[in-house]
Amino acid sequence: MTADQPAIRLTGLTKSFGAVNAVDGVDLDIAEGEFFSMLGPSGSGKTTVLRLIAGFEQPTSGTVSLLGQDVTNRAPFDRDVNTVFQDYALFPHMSVLDNVAYGLRVRGVSKRERHAQAQQALETVRLGGFGNRKPGQLSGGQRQRVALARATVVRPKVLLLDEPLGALDLKLREQMQVELKELQRELGITFIFVTHDQEEALTLSDRIAVFNEGRIEQLGTPAEIYDRPVSPFVAAFVGTSNIFTDALSRVLLGRGGIHTLRPEKISIGRTDAALATERTAAGTLAEVIYVGSSTRLIVDLDAGIRIVVLEQNDAHRVSEDERGSRVSIGWGDRDVVALEKSTAVAAEAGSAPADGQPGVPGTGHINGQVIGQSATEPTEPATETAR
Amino acid sequence: MRLSRPARAILAGITALILLVIYLPLMVVLVNSFSTSTSLTWPPPGLTLEWWGKAFRSEGALDAVVTSVQIALIATIVSLVLGTLISLALQRFEFFGRDAVSLLVILPIALPGIITGIALNNAFRTILGLQLSIATVIVAHATFCIVTVFNNVIARLRRLGTNFEDASADLGAGLWTTFRLVTFPQLRSALLAGGLLAFALSFDEIIVTTFTAGAGVKTLPLWILDNLFRPNQAPVVNVIAVVLVLVSIVPIYIAQRLAGAEKVPR
Repeated sequence: MTADQPAIRLTGLTKSFGAVNAVDGVDLDIAEGEFFSMLGPSGSGKTTVLRLIAGFEQPTSGTVSLLGQDVTNRAPFDRDVNTVFQDYALFPHMSVLDNVAYGLRVRGVSKRERHAQAQQALETVRLGGFGNRKPGQLSGGQRQRVALARATVVRPKVLLLDEPLGALDLKLREQMQVELKELQRELGITFIFVTHDQEEALTLSDRIAVFNEGRIEQLGTPAEIYDRPVSPFVAAFVGTSNIFTDALSRVLLGRGGIHTLRPEKISIGRTDAALATERTAAGTLAEVIYVGSSTRLIVDLDAGIRIVVLEQNDAHRVSEDERGSRVSIGWGDRDVVALEKSTAVAAEAGSAPADGQPGVPGTGHINGQVIGQSATEPTEPATETAR
Repeated sequence: MRLSRPARAILAGITALILLVIYLPLMVVLVNSFSTSTSLTWPPPGLTLEWWGKAFRSEGALDAVVTSVQIALIATIVSLVLGTLISLALQRFEFFGRDAVSLLVILPIALPGIITGIALNNAFRTILGLQLSIATVIVAHATFCIVTVFNNVIARLRRLGTNFEDASADLGAGLWTTFRLVTFPQLRSALLAGGLLAFALSFDEIIVTTFTAGAGVKTLPLWILDNLFRPNQAPVVNVIAVVLVLVSIVPIYIAQRLAGAEKVPR
C-alpha cells in the first residue's frame, strides 16, 4: 500500500451529453480502503461519475486515475475496478456459480479453481447452497448478494456500487447495509457507493460527497455533512432542516445571512412554560404528525415562517399536541448553522409542506422530508442522463 | 375475463372458419396426392399410391429439393452472419448515417420481388459480367433474408440493453469474449427465429429466383410451376406439396418448443 496515493483521483472531470453538463469539473480524491458515498438527487451526476470511473463512459474532459495510474482512456475490462449494478445485471443464462466465476473465467483460471473460489465467495455472502440455481430463481436480496460475490471474487482495488439497495424493501435494505459494511471491512478495499438515500449514506460512509447539478456541493464525514451543511441544498437534502432566509435570520437570530436549524435541536413548550434556551420564539401549532419513536410538530411562528420540530417520544415528553394551540419554541445559538453557499433545492426536490398554509411566500423554506422517507421513493434509472 | 355464451360461440365460429379456410385447401392437396385422377378433380374418383412412388423416383423433383435446400441453407447462413453484424453495429454503436443504413437494410423486404429480380439480373450480367448460377440466386435471396434476421436480432438487442455487456466488460472480458459468452447466448432464440424465417423465405421464393437463376438451376418452386400444368405431373406435384407441408411443420414445431422451453427457467 502506497502511503498517500489515493485509490481514485478525479481531476477536472467533465461529461457533457449534448448541451448538458451531467458532470461539471469534478475534482475528488478517494483514499484506499475508504467507504465513500456519492449522494444526490436523480440527475445530479453521481451515477455518471461512477460510470466514468468504471469506464462505461468517456469523459468530455478531465482524468480518472486509479492508484496513481491514469486510466482515462482504458476500456472497462482494463481497469481494476468492478461494479455492482443497480439491477445486478446477472447473466440470466448462467447458473449462479458460473455468474460468480465469470470474472475468473475470462482471466483464464481453470474450471476447478474458479469454481472453488466462486463457491467460497458465495459462502461469504451466505449463498453456498445456491450455486446451481439460475439468477431468475433467486429473490431480490439473494441476487444482490450474488452480484456482490461476482464483483468481489476477482479482488478489485475499488468496488463501485450503483444504488445497490434501491430495489430492496426496507427491512432487507437495513440488513444489507450491515452486510455491506461488514464485507467492506473484511475485504479492506475501497467502496464507492452511489445513492439518493441520505440515511443510507450517513449510516454507511466514512466520507460523503453531496452532488448537485454535476458538481460536488459538499465533501465531508457524515457528521460534517449533517451538522455543518454548507448550503440550503445540502441542509435540505440530507435530513430535514429549517432554513431561515436573510430577512428571517435578522428577525429571529438578530444577524444577516442564511441559516439552518435541525428540527431535533428545537425544544417546544406551552407559551407560559419558561424554556431554558438562549433563544425563543412564539407561534401556533399547525400540525402534529406521530411517527412512532418521535413526533413531528409543525409550528407557524409569528415571525412568518413555518418550522418543523422533532420531539422524541421518550419518558420526558410533556407537550400537549393540540392543533391551533399557542406554543413557544427555543434553541441554542450553537445549533444554528450559517450557510456559506446559497445553492437552493431544485423546485421538485421538496419544498414547503403542501397543506395549504397561508405562509408568506419567499420568507421561509422548509424541506418537508421525513427522515427515512426516501426508502419509498421510486428508484432512479441506471443512467441518469439520456444518451 | 369472462365472455357471454353467445360471444364465445361467435368467436369460436370465426376461429373455426379461419382455420378451415387455411387448412381445408391443404387437405384437398393431401387427398389429391392419392387420387387416381390426373386433373385435380374433386372428389377423387379413386385412391392410389402410384404418385407417391413416382415422386420419389422423379429425378427432377429430387434435384429441385436438393437445389432449394442448398440455396436456402447458404442464404440463411449468410444472412445470420451479416444480419447479426449489422444489428450489432446499428444497436451498439453510433456513427454518421446510422438511420440511413437501418432503412436501407430493411428496404429489400418491401421492394416488389420483380424489381429486385430485374435489378439484380442487370447488375449481375451487365455490370459485374457474371454468369447466372446457383451463387447468384444465393446472393439474391440473402438480400431479403438478412432482413428477417436483422429484425429479430435488433429487437432482442434493444430489449437486452447494454447492462449485461457492461457487466461482462467490467469483469474483465474483451469484446469478443463478451459476445461469445454473454451476447450470443442471449441472441440464440432470436437467431433461430430469424434463421427459420429466412430459410422459409428463400425456400419458397419464386420471382427473384426466376431472374437470377442460371440455366441449369431449378429450385423446387420453379420445378412445381413448370410441372403443375403438365397433365401427367399434377398428382406428383401434389405429393411434393404434401411433403413440403410436413417438412415445414418440423422446424416450426422445434422453434415453438425452444421458445417455450426458454421461458420456463427465466
